[in-house]
Amino acid sequence: MRMILTGNESAAWGARLSRPKVIAAYPITPQTSIIETIAAFIANGEMDARYIRVESEHSAMAACIAAQNTGVRTYTATSAHGLALMHEVLMWASGARLPIVMSVVNRAMAPPWSVWTDQLDTMAERDSGWIQVYTQNNQEVLDSIIMSYKIAEKHNILMPTMVIEDAFILSHTSEGVDVPDQKDVDDFLGEYNPAFKLDPDEPAGFGSLIMPEGPYMEFRYKMALAMEEARKEIKKVVEEYNEKFNRNYSPFIEEYRTEDADAVMVVLGTIGSTAKDVVDRMREKGKKVGVARVRYFRPFPMDEMRALAKKTDMIGVVDRSYSFGPGADLYAETKSVLYGHANIPVKNYVMGLGGRDITPQILEKVFNDMLTIAKEGVVDREVEWVGLQGDERWS
Amino acid sequence: MNPMEEMRREEEKLLRTDRLPHVWCPGCGIGITLNAFLRAFIRSKMDPNKLVVVSGIGCTGRAAGYVNVDSFHTTHGRGIPFAVGIKFARPDLNVVVFSGDGDLFAIGGNHFVNAARRNHDLLIIAVNNFTYGMTGGQHGPTTPTGAYTTTTPYGNPDRPFNIPHLAISLGAPYVARWTTYHVNQLQNSIYHALHKKGFRVIEVISQCPTVYGRRNDMKTPLEMMHYFQKNSVRKDDASFEELELKYNGKIVVGVFRDIQGIPTYEERYEDIIRRARK
Repeated sequence: MRMILTGNESAAWGARLSRPKVIAAYPITPQTSIIETIAAFIANGEMDARYIRVESEHSAMAACIAAQNTGVRTYTATSAHGLALMHEVLMWASGARLPIVMSVVNRAMAPPWSVWTDQLDTMAERDSGWIQVYTQNNQEVLDSIIMSYKIAEKHNILMPTMVIEDAFILSHTSEGVDVPDQKDVDDFLGEYNPAFKLDPDEPAGFGSLIMPEGPYMEFRYKMALAMEEARKEIKKVVEEYNEKFNRNYSPFIEEYRTEDADAVMVVLGTIGSTAKDVVDRMREKGKKVGVARVRYFRPFPMDEMRALAKKTDMIGVVDRSYSFGPGADLYAETKSVLYGHANIPVKNYVMGLGGRDITPQILEKVFNDMLTIAKEGVVDREVEWVGLQGDERWS
Repeated sequence: MNPMEEMRREEEKLLRTDRLPHVWCPGCGIGITLNAFLRAFIRSKMDPNKLVVVSGIGCTGRAAGYVNVDSFHTTHGRGIPFAVGIKFARPDLNVVVFSGDGDLFAIGGNHFVNAARRNHDLLIIAVNNFTYGMTGGQHGPTTPTGAYTTTTPYGNPDRPFNIPHLAISLGAPYVARWTTYHVNQLQNSIYHALHKKGFRVIEVISQCPTVYGRRNDMKTPLEMMHYFQKNSVRKDDASFEELELKYNGKIVVGVFRDIQGIPTYEERYEDIIRRARK
């Protein structure tokens, strides 16, 4: 069924079609309309689930963890400070190997106070043991939630998943979305089959204390193995979904005109669609540029990134957040996986923080800068902040 | 200059007028509450340089950004712990927490409970509009049972906090409740509370016609004010049941507790240091 939906309504539909049985949530801009839409679905009897508005995001995740432990699918949604408040229990959800699926609407962290899009909130949770998938349009928001349940629930994976969308650019913007039939989604997902659950007939203790010689390290090692294993399952599930629902998702990196590109821009989220448009215009002028939109940041697409580097002379990585290390996260990880595999210049462009607009004009300037680096083979500076107030270079 | 004009000028000195117009909807009660606070503060003749206003998040949270004194707009629910930090480092400052129901009683509820228990020397002005306004009208910790909100389209199953009773049970030395209809009483109450010590709580029942009223048969600010006017009863010795807020029911207002002499946390702390040094 074709519907006009905002990104947040798409998320609510993705959740509804996946049939979670418990939703525990707390309002926060710009996520709130997801949980409002779900509240209406449930109240109208269109969705068979139980819904509680708890007293904070920390409690929302705690309630999802415990509900999932009883053997049902759960769902919640949050943003920025809400996600940060969940931090402690995010680690618990992954450590307890509970395949919870949550929507995160990317929003900047305060201070100064901002509700606009920025990826620091999810980047700060990159080590929480959650699979992270970044989306580019409302269709992908909906589809990714359904696919995420399927991937996360595989008994060789059992890792929770964040389905991430940009604030306002997707969350509050409407576009045409193909909403799959419930029956097709039911066929695709199947009933939830928990690997383990709270069962009074076979009592078990969850979360007990263990000593250093106990299996703590082995638990962590198994999580690392599961994240590796997720690469295979993501590929399989995305291909199966494409086939069944007539979609065209690349599992890990969506490449656009990269085959003969002199320089490729690596991005996350909605920046991808703007960049693709800019690529088309620049191609018309004979400038050979391409875009690689990373969908999965966890697990990080190592092989795909290395294969990409073989096709081009230069990679420019755009980050909509900053990490106070060797550069922002997407850049640092890209460069790290290329070490020893590709000897091409890589530069980090930090832009769009706190929702500052990333315009086609700015991206064109960045592409031109990348082409210069590709030609000269030398990176002028490893990390550059683009679009700061008063900076003539990018205005 | 007439007295009204003079008062307006005095108030404007305490506002960051460059930040106006404010974000509050026409007919919102937060402006009335802020006004009452500023008037009470002017009347107290206290030093604005010693006043700190701390807010959490949400509509009421914006108040900190509009007052022309040292102010903090903090994260979700953390107004009270920020205020505790300020008061602890600088006990000479007059610290006022000006925040909303969702912020103070849901995500920050634990802070309210523990700060009241310790009797920190803070004035808490808690604007209760029965809903999360800024995020668009979801049911919150003070939404009356049965009320309609975006997340309870067929009525709220939750039970709301009984804020005065909660504060009293934790030993708060000054506990009052007014509505935005009771402007003078509210202003007087804030004035008196400013001169007292300890964890002082003033709940202000406020109208949110935009996202609460219109879902609950009170589309206009005037209808909400009429509701406050018709249903408010003053009773300072109200019981637990009387203090409960029922959906479209009576609102018991008054000063429910006003005692002095309970040492504040700051005083007890200083006392221990004094004794240890002897």
